[in-house]
Amino acid sequence: MKTPFKLPSAARVRRFAADNVVVLIFLFVTAIAVPSSKLSGTYIIQDLLTRYGRNAFLVFSLLLPIMAGMGINFGMVLGAMAGEIGLIFAVDQGIAGVQGLLYAVLVGAPIAILLGWIAGQVLNRARGREMVTGYILGFFMDGVYQFVVLYLMGAIIPITSKAITLSRGYGIRNTLGLDSVRQSLDKLLKLELGSFDLPMATYLVIALLAIFIVWFRRTKLGQDMRAIGQDQTVSHSAGIPVERTRIMAIVISTLLAMVGQIIFLQNMGNMATYNAHRQTGFFAAAAILVGGASVAKATIPNVLVGVGLLHLMYIVVPPAGARLFGSAQIGEYFRDAMSYAVIALALALHAWRKRANAESARAGLRGAASGAVAPAKMEGGAE
Amino acid sequence: MPDDTPLLSLEGITKDFYGTTVLRDVSFALRRGEILGLVGENGAGKTTLMRILFGMPVIAETGGFGGTVRIDGQPASFRNPFDALDAGIGMVHQEFSLIPGFTTTENIMLNREPSRRNVAVDLFGPRMATLDRPAMTARATKAIERLGVELHPDTLVSEMPVGHKQFTEIAREIDRDNVKLLVLDEPTAVLAESEAEILLASLRRLAAQGIAIIFISHRLHEVTAVADRVVVLRDGQLVKDTSAKGVEVREIAAWMVGREVDANARVRSDRKYGGPALEVEHLWVDMPGETVRDVSFTVREGEIFGIGGLAGQGKLGIPNGIMGLFAAGGTVRLHGKHVELDAPRAALDAGMAFVSEDRRGVGLLLDESLDWNIAFAAMQVKGAYLKRWLGGLFSLRDEKAMRALAEQYIELLEIKCTGHRQKAKELSGGNQQKVCLAKAFALEPNLLFVSEPTRGIDVGAKKLVLDNLRRYNRDEGTTIVMVSSELEELRAICDRVAIVDEGRIAGILPPEAPLADFGLLMAGERAAEASA
Repeated sequence: MKTPFKLPSAARVRRFAADNVVVLIFLFVTAIAVPSSKLSGTYIIQDLLTRYGRNAFLVFSLLLPIMAGMGINFGMVLGAMAGEIGLIFAVDQGIAGVQGLLYAVLVGAPIAILLGWIAGQVLNRARGREMVTGYILGFFMDGVYQFVVLYLMGAIIPITSKAITLSRGYGIRNTLGLDSVRQSLDKLLKLELGSFDLPMATYLVIALLAIFIVWFRRTKLGQDMRAIGQDQTVSHSAGIPVERTRIMAIVISTLLAMVGQIIFLQNMGNMATYNAHRQTGFFAAAAILVGGASVAKATIPNVLVGVGLLHLMYIVVPPAGARLFGSAQIGEYFRDAMSYAVIALALALHAWRKRANAESARAGLRGAASGAVAPAKMEGGAE
Repeated sequence: MPDDTPLLSLEGITKDFYGTTVLRDVSFALRRGEILGLVGENGAGKTTLMRILFGMPVIAETGGFGGTVRIDGQPASFRNPFDALDAGIGMVHQEFSLIPGFTTTENIMLNREPSRRNVAVDLFGPRMATLDRPAMTARATKAIERLGVELHPDTLVSEMPVGHKQFTEIAREIDRDNVKLLVLDEPTAVLAESEAEILLASLRRLAAQGIAIIFISHRLHEVTAVADRVVVLRDGQLVKDTSAKGVEVREIAAWMVGREVDANARVRSDRKYGGPALEVEHLWVDMPGETVRDVSFTVREGEIFGIGGLAGQGKLGIPNGIMGLFAAGGTVRLHGKHVELDAPRAALDAGMAFVSEDRRGVGLLLDESLDWNIAFAAMQVKGAYLKRWLGGLFSLRDEKAMRALAEQYIELLEIKCTGHRQKAKELSGGNQQKVCLAKAFALEPNLLFVSEPTRGIDVGAKKLVLDNLRRYNRDEGTTIVMVSSELEELRAICDRVAIVDEGRIAGILPPEAPLADFGLLMAGERAAEASA
């Protein structure tokens, strides 16, 4: 939709800066860090290409809950846990290659649906506070996950492979080697372009997901989610099943996060059984926000730009830290701090914008008294 | 008309909420293509009647209603608003129920979108069908054409002028194939004069197509302009059901506000006023639901100044804005001195006190005792009822003085309680209101705002509250500004009554002015016309 009038250019610039302040700050920091890192262009690009394949799917899983007005689904870590359980079984059964990944998805899917449904129920009871509730729910489910994987697996849930169980006979080892499925998707269709390796099969899966999301937006369910995302009361009075639709948004998001975590881990090649999912939600949230999304609005380009920008910073900042401060660790601290800052800033900006919008909407109701008349009168009255 | 069965007939509708009768034996009928203007003051029963018609759950939850609703001669009982929609009754609410980021089309077709089947439908159910955008646009365009207005199907609602939003709402209701009856609740309240004209023309167009319309509005000249018949409700009873032909706005206003009672019994000859106490110029207040747009008035020293008007027109916004509880602007002077707005402390320090209409929220510390409640404001604002120690380094509550104060007011205002230590939340509404008054009196203000002082309290307490306000004004000479929905009580105790309409003062009348004049002001007629 075109704006009917043109803002003066200075105001336009300021408005653009205000709308994209998160992205701009990030670009600024990265622009300083790239030359100081002394990394070669080829290295940076290759690393970026790998990280796109590894992370983009996970970030996509955040789109639908944002569309449904539920903010960033920090509860996506539940899906990540489901994916890990799937992988544990795939490795235990010794199913290798892409079949192993498919097996992991099949095992993970019912778990993800169940967890997503639970999360949806909880979030429906915590309207308006979905993000913090989802975040805490992630911590709680982490405990449940530990109980299942550390105590039940091998004791009650049958695990055949001795190689992945702890020496005491039950529980899964701290680090799970994923050699049987390692990069099986990435290597399925490998394209060598000059000095770059492109994991085309992974990209294809991501592209299919993007197409799915575009299609999904045009379905009745997608339209309902958009409506609910903007006004739950109006949607409800129009007969849209608000609670059910919100649960569906979370279930789909959890399912996608499950698949995303499997893609992530097959690329990594091994899995920190009890830690791998801990920061999944945080990374995905930082990525989508860096890409210019807000808590209320996110698009596919936001995902693509965000994954690129966030990981560019992750690549260049530690070496830059090492060169500038003599310690790569400072760079690592710095990039974590930056990512958290981005999330905090985006949340604060969102709240601030919401208030400013509400205020300007109310100001529109005022009569002539607030317009040109009021300031003049007020000066007169102050004498 | 060839078909004699009325489309809608209400027969002996009676409803009470917890023993209070809000509708008594209301009967009227409505034919196809007829426009019925439904008018009445707040609390006359319009809203309850519409809730019954729509089968709102709140009606069943409070014990149902008496009488029969017939649609096309068949008794109808709707369990929820969706049943009513299925029966062909559409409602356009006062507040917009539109999705701001959706286009005109998307809003008109909300949750009724035509869609196309695909494989996913068979796998996952009908909600996976893709929307048929061209069909949506076509249907929306048809509904807009039926209305006869200019609306672009692809404009976002958030970018529309307010009039277009109203049309979008109406288009959504008439898109239903079976729509027979349309209820519009104050559809012109947010519209400018010219937009309202277009809306009325659209309503006539719809009526000509055979749709019956119930048009609820407080703008009586619109009612007489568009309606075929006028039904007037007052205190839950139908007082007039007449053809709109030849009916004057003034007559309707008189029916609406009630019989001409003798409100002039009061002796006002001995009233003396000083110079201006409170001067308000071009005040605006952003109080949600009670927006004040542009209000100017002057209250004289020693006067009781009444502010009346229908709910939602902004009368409550005036004291709340001046006392700094909501964002406000304009000029307010108290005894010639400028009062800072948006700062409750400044208003209190200037010597104003406020008895809020929100007793339990703003007025009282519900979990605290009476003496605390009564002394609290004076303690905060004036530092009264405090004992100072070490040259003012510490100050502690002066329990003895607080107790004396509380007991004085408990006796004076006849507050029914077990003692000054009883908690405020344990009192009845009327007694809570008396505590609020006592709290304001304890501040010894030179100007007192009282907002809805008798809302929700019984008759005896009402009289006591009003008598006390009057006595306080007489004995202490305190200027009082009283805001109330009850015209009768404003006329009974005020020296002048201003009527607020759509965020502006429609006119200021002496209390002995004929009731019809007050009715006219509430109906959006300006002062010039009313006082003529």
